[in-house]
Amino acid sequence: MDSSTIFLDAFLNPAVIDRYLPDILKGMVVTVEVALAVVATGIALGLALAALRSFRVRAVNAAIVLFVDVFRALPPLVVILIVYFGLPSVGITLSGFAVLWLVLSLVLAAFAEEIFWSGILSIRKGQWEAARSTGLTFVQTLVWVILPQAVRMTVPPLTNRTIAITKNSALGAVIGVPEILMQAQTAQSFSGNATPLLLGAIAYIVLFVPVVALGRWLETRFAWGRS
Amino acid sequence: MDVFVSQFLNVEIIAQAWPLLLRGLGMTALLCAAVIPLGLVGGLLVALVCLSRHRAVRWPAFVLVDFFRAVPPLVLLIFIYAGLPFAGIRPSPFVAVCVAFLLNTGAYYGEIYRAGIESIGKGQWEAARSTGLTAGQTLTWVIIPQAVRNVLPDLVSNTVEVVKLTSIASVVALPELLYSADMARSLTYNPSPIVAAAAIYLALLWPCVRLLSRLEHRVGR
Amino acid sequence: MPDSAAMLDVAGLRKRFGTLEVLRGIDLTVRPQELVFVIGPSGSGKSTLLRCCNRLEEPDEGSIRVDGVELLDPRTDINAMRRQIGMVFQSFNLYPHMTVLANITLALRKSLGKSRAEARDIGEAALARVGLADKAGAYPAQLSGGQQQRAAIARAVALEPKIMLFDEPTSALDPELVGSVLAVMRELRGAGMTMVVVSHEMRFAREAADRVVFMDAGAIVEEGPPEQIFGAPRHARTRSFLADFGG
Ligand SMILES: Nc1ncnc2c1ncn2[C@@H]1O[C@H](COP(=O)(O)OP(=O)(O)O)[C@@H](O)[C@H]1O
Ligand SMILES: [Mg+2]
Repeated sequence: MDSSTIFLDAFLNPAVIDRYLPDILKGMVVTVEVALAVVATGIALGLALAALRSFRVRAVNAAIVLFVDVFRALPPLVVILIVYFGLPSVGITLSGFAVLWLVLSLVLAAFAEEIFWSGILSIRKGQWEAARSTGLTFVQTLVWVILPQAVRMTVPPLTNRTIAITKNSALGAVIGVPEILMQAQTAQSFSGNATPLLLGAIAYIVLFVPVVALGRWLETRFAWGRS
Repeated sequence: MDVFVSQFLNVEIIAQAWPLLLRGLGMTALLCAAVIPLGLVGGLLVALVCLSRHRAVRWPAFVLVDFFRAVPPLVLLIFIYAGLPFAGIRPSPFVAVCVAFLLNTGAYYGEIYRAGIESIGKGQWEAARSTGLTAGQTLTWVIIPQAVRNVLPDLVSNTVEVVKLTSIASVVALPELLYSADMARSLTYNPSPIVAAAAIYLALLWPCVRLLSRLEHRVGR
Repeated sequence: MPDSAAMLDVAGLRKRFGTLEVLRGIDLTVRPQELVFVIGPSGSGKSTLLRCCNRLEEPDEGSIRVDGVELLDPRTDINAMRRQIGMVFQSFNLYPHMTVLANITLALRKSLGKSRAEARDIGEAALARVGLADKAGAYPAQLSGGQQQRAAIARAVALEPKIMLFDEPTSALDPELVGSVLAVMRELRGAGMTMVVVSHEMRFAREAADRVVFMDAGAIVEEGPPEQIFGAPRHARTRSFLADFGG
């Protein structure tokens, strides 16, 4: 056999593809579920925390900063292992899916809070003053004047950060969540062939390249808006 | 409360695991010393290729960068570590991690450098070239230093991410900090060693994170 | 003694930033339909005075009554009062993410609780008044500076304020755009609006002001009708300030 047939046999084996593609597709569904759940809760929580922070209550803000710092500084895998192996020993049992969703949501919330807060701070003081001078309350000003502008500016950095964090759903393989990587690894060990691993990588490319491209497009659009 | 302390902050168990954790920390440091320079240099090359004047060079580079930003680093690592042997290539865990990181973090660093270089006005190029500097000299002495300064917070932020990311090396049994902690956990049936590892990561990275959020929050007027 | 006929009655107003005393006991009365012009060197506290009158700054001491209501009383509904005190800023401060009409209707709807249709009618009338009837659907970035400032004036006017405060409304404008904004202010004055204007447009002051107030270092140095302040200022500081303006 020449080297290209060896390669095809090991990495793009038709029989293996036929047998294990359904498993990989099932994994894709789980990955999408995790990703959507994480994006929804993570961004909502991050936005809520940033809004809360703008009330500038000292104790509350210290707690928010502590939360953000800790989740920015810790590797997600470390947190996942602590929660997954730690909680049962204090009587709480969560499924691997729930642990993955919870931890990644908290990580995304921490980064999103930072990004939203930067956005809020970057809005000129005159916007607050103009709105308050027409009789709008603090909360009305935040909701109708400040946040819409802040959120708009944060779209590109937030998109890129969100992609990076939702990709961490692959860490679920370590705690038995049947997402793409786990399915691919299982299939690889059963088939004794590297094809499922390549399929797994391709599955991620199919899922995430469009989002990465979207992030790139948003970035250029944002750059035009500024200049 | 007692249950919590004995399960998460068990001093005895942490003390027992401490030498193992320190050895793991040493490996993490070694890993960082390898993958951070690799990413920084690789990323710069990626950026230069992406900024090439020739479309035939630029486009494939963009596609590759987007591919490596789409694939989770753990998937890349497992593909290299467990997949390449089927092609007769058997990288050690350390080499596998280095290659995976070069591809993944190179793409991320590359995007950052590119944004930095693009932020430098054309006037700088023209001024430098008008004094007789070559393109390479202009890049090295005029453009890149300014570009790096402009995106320094992003470079630091990405480096923090790289340090955190070294924890995935535990999955391919490279005995770095998290692997050692998880081994201690499975030996003692107690998660305290992982909490100790988390504390070590925090001690290392918290100052960087604090510094970063200072740099990132520029107040509007 | 509060002047019951006054629209705005400021008494003994003090404000400090840290150790810097920016307002050192200001007494100022503005009667209904009066246009009071405030001039003075940069840093003399003119903006701070106006901002206190809308409680964008919290004064340290003194009293501010608007149509008889004490602004600094904690029981006063400050948001209701602010609707009655129109404020126009040097830098316009239009909301960039909203159309001009939406800029105007936001407070009408959210703060006054008007319906969408009602708010739109009021907003369109206010825009017509400042000569921007055709710009309702435009975004602030699509307008010239003069148009933006007129839209900002419409935003304040739409709430039917009892008094309007202008903080250097033309200072950020190119000279050729100043006239259109002054024309709108002239129209407001003609319609009987009570106005306090901080500005360096001395010609406009001469022609339109009922009274001119000269401030320096956080205090009112002298005040009087424009003919007196510009023609025969009593204080040396007023004279040297006006001399710098070639006037
Ligand atoms: N928010 C603030 N914090 C500290 N100092 C301020 C603030 N706002 C104004 N000042 C100071 O108060 C003084 C008066 O300012 P301002 O009222 O803006 O003067 P004017 O409008 O007459 O130029 C200046 O010395 C200014 O630096
Ligand atoms: Mg001023």
